[in-house]
Amino acid sequence: MSEPAQNAEKPPDDIAIDVENLTKSFGGHTVVRGLTMQVRRGLIYGFLGPNGSGKTTTIRMLCGLLTPDSGRGTCLGLDIHRDAEIIKRHVGYMTQHFSLYQDLSVRENLEFVARVYGLRNPRAAARGAIERLGLAQRAEQLAGELSGGWKQRLALGACTLPDPQLLLLDEPTAGVDPKARREFWNEIHALAAQGLTVLVSTHYMDEAERCHEIAYIAYGELLAQGTVQEVIDASHLTTFTVSGGRNLSALAAELEKREGITMVAPFGTSLHVSGPDEAAVNAAIAPFREDRDLVWEPSQPSLEDVFIDLMSKTASGKAKGSGS
Amino acid sequence: MTSDTPAPAPADGTLDTAVMPRATAPPITGFRAILRRIGAVLLKEVLQLRRDRISLATMITIPLMQLLLFGYAINTQPRDLPTAVLLQEQSDVGRTILRALENTKYFRVVRVARDEQEFDRLLQSGTVQFGVEIPANFERDLRRGDRPAMLVAADASDPVASGSALAALTSLTQTALRNDRAIPEQTAPPFEVRTHARYNPAARSQLNIVPGLLGTILTLTMLIFTALAVTRETERGTMETLLAMPISPVEIMLGKIAPYVVIGFLQGTLIVAAGVLLFAVPIFGNLALLATLTTLFIATNLSVGYTFSTLAQNQLQAMQMAMMYFLPNLLLSGFLFPYAGMPQWAQYVGETLPLTHYLRIVRAIMLKGATLADLRYDTVALVVLMLIAMTIAVRRFRRTLD
Repeated sequence: MSEPAQNAEKPPDDIAIDVENLTKSFGGHTVVRGLTMQVRRGLIYGFLGPNGSGKTTTIRMLCGLLTPDSGRGTCLGLDIHRDAEIIKRHVGYMTQHFSLYQDLSVRENLEFVARVYGLRNPRAAARGAIERLGLAQRAEQLAGELSGGWKQRLALGACTLPDPQLLLLDEPTAGVDPKARREFWNEIHALAAQGLTVLVSTHYMDEAERCHEIAYIAYGELLAQGTVQEVIDASHLTTFTVSGGRNLSALAAELEKREGITMVAPFGTSLHVSGPDEAAVNAAIAPFREDRDLVWEPSQPSLEDVFIDLMSKTASGKAKGSGS
Repeated sequence: MTSDTPAPAPADGTLDTAVMPRATAPPITGFRAILRRIGAVLLKEVLQLRRDRISLATMITIPLMQLLLFGYAINTQPRDLPTAVLLQEQSDVGRTILRALENTKYFRVVRVARDEQEFDRLLQSGTVQFGVEIPANFERDLRRGDRPAMLVAADASDPVASGSALAALTSLTQTALRNDRAIPEQTAPPFEVRTHARYNPAARSQLNIVPGLLGTILTLTMLIFTALAVTRETERGTMETLLAMPISPVEIMLGKIAPYVVIGFLQGTLIVAAGVLLFAVPIFGNLALLATLTTLFIATNLSVGYTFSTLAQNQLQAMQMAMMYFLPNLLLSGFLFPYAGMPQWAQYVGETLPLTHYLRIVRAIMLKGATLADLRYDTVALVVLMLIAMTIAVRRFRRTLD
């Protein structure tokens, strides 16, 4: 198959992913609902959302593993409906669960991938990836015997091997220790610096903050997108941190009942108390400020506060979405 | 966990153990507890079984299928065996004898051969099981009391199929002409039946079994090799990676089948070598032709197995499907029981099984020295079955995870 003629109505060159109104349902249950988003080339784009929010489904639609029920879009300027097979050549997809061959060695797995992608010298390509990933010691080890962190490295190596323009990483750091996670993110930034576009889904807020831009998706809908600061600013949450006191859980329970407070979340020995209306929050916490034991401080809402707020808003707006 | 220690000092006591719900009654102990635990596992198994439709279907269909096949299709004393006749003279006596032949119920005249060559070819290609030849001057010799000989050639490559029919011939000579015109009743039969058991004159069962085993073993092993090919990928999650890569279903299928063709070929070679060396089974035909058609047969079975793996949801289901498919192969292909003796419907089913065609091919090549021209029909049938299986497999193979 030859490369496609660059289609006339393609989006600007600096857009890697451009989808509009993507919808997908399984057995009557809508998993992704009218999703519209754009990702610029060379960005690390964080994809956040609770379990079952449609992150994996969206990623699979982008790389041609699932066919959208409706909506249109392009990936690297190629139509996701029509050109799915060509998209696969230029996209590296790292699955949520390790999905290389457990009974092949590191080297054999990489050589297999290199051959399927038609690389001229699969052995050399695999060797190169092994060196780059620091897997030289483990090249002959079976993939199934590797620890979580090494498996993840191997998977990243495999999906970057064919020199893709776009990486789709589905919760790549789930179950990986902090050190391996940090190294992984350094690698991702290095790849992005070379011009690769990376779309990465994650549950971790610290990882979200390492992304150039983020999108938050819940119940199949995109609720917020932009840089971390933009998302936080757009939330218009007023947040206080309260610490001290003997029984924070009792305090939290009481605060939650107050008008104007939408969210109370414990953070270690303190609570984050937030609400959408500044005056209402102030009024709500006024009686508690009398308590000498408690220390109240106005603070910026964390990304997590924003997300939980977004999520609870969507959840209450819906007729109780079936959680997973 | 019932910590009655003083409240954890600095922390705010967010983990309040007192809130933990407590069981209202102490748990059951002793024998009743054992029963309860067994019951729990039992209930779980039933629940899981109910969701595994294919296993349930297997449990019901396998015994039913066995019963029906053994009960109706299998006949160790096959009747109505296809027979060709060659009449070197047109006489009433000849016709009477043929009618008597058909009256035994063992023979059914399906073809009238024009000459010796056609007569031989019909037997060699396996179109007929028997050939009956009434020689020239048969009636004249009979009336003279010269005891002419009628030739009955049997395809003895399957001794079971021809055995009972040949036995029935003896009584035939006694009774055939009894009511017929003016043939004097004698103590000795008025004519002789000269039987000629072709291809396996000593009626050695190995000659039939070894080629049959070649086909049967190849069917079983090839099916098992590929029946797991796709389900294994799905179950281990590697399918997701495979699908995300630029590779087509046909490429995956051919790549998965190819190594087993070689393995199957080695296996076939081993069986043939053992057959020749240990059981003295002859190979009258062309060895290269045997190798080529065996390879075709191997590929056909691998395709069928691969198709199962695209239909099944997990490896267990795939194995069950392979077993359900193997059973009729064993019973209806002519391996265990004579094909010609089966009722028409069972023969139709048999025609859809690659093993049926391969058994004809392998027996014809090894025992009868048949050529490709004789085996056109069965060769084409194998190719068609393979293509059907591959088409189903490729269409069933899902390019996406939808």
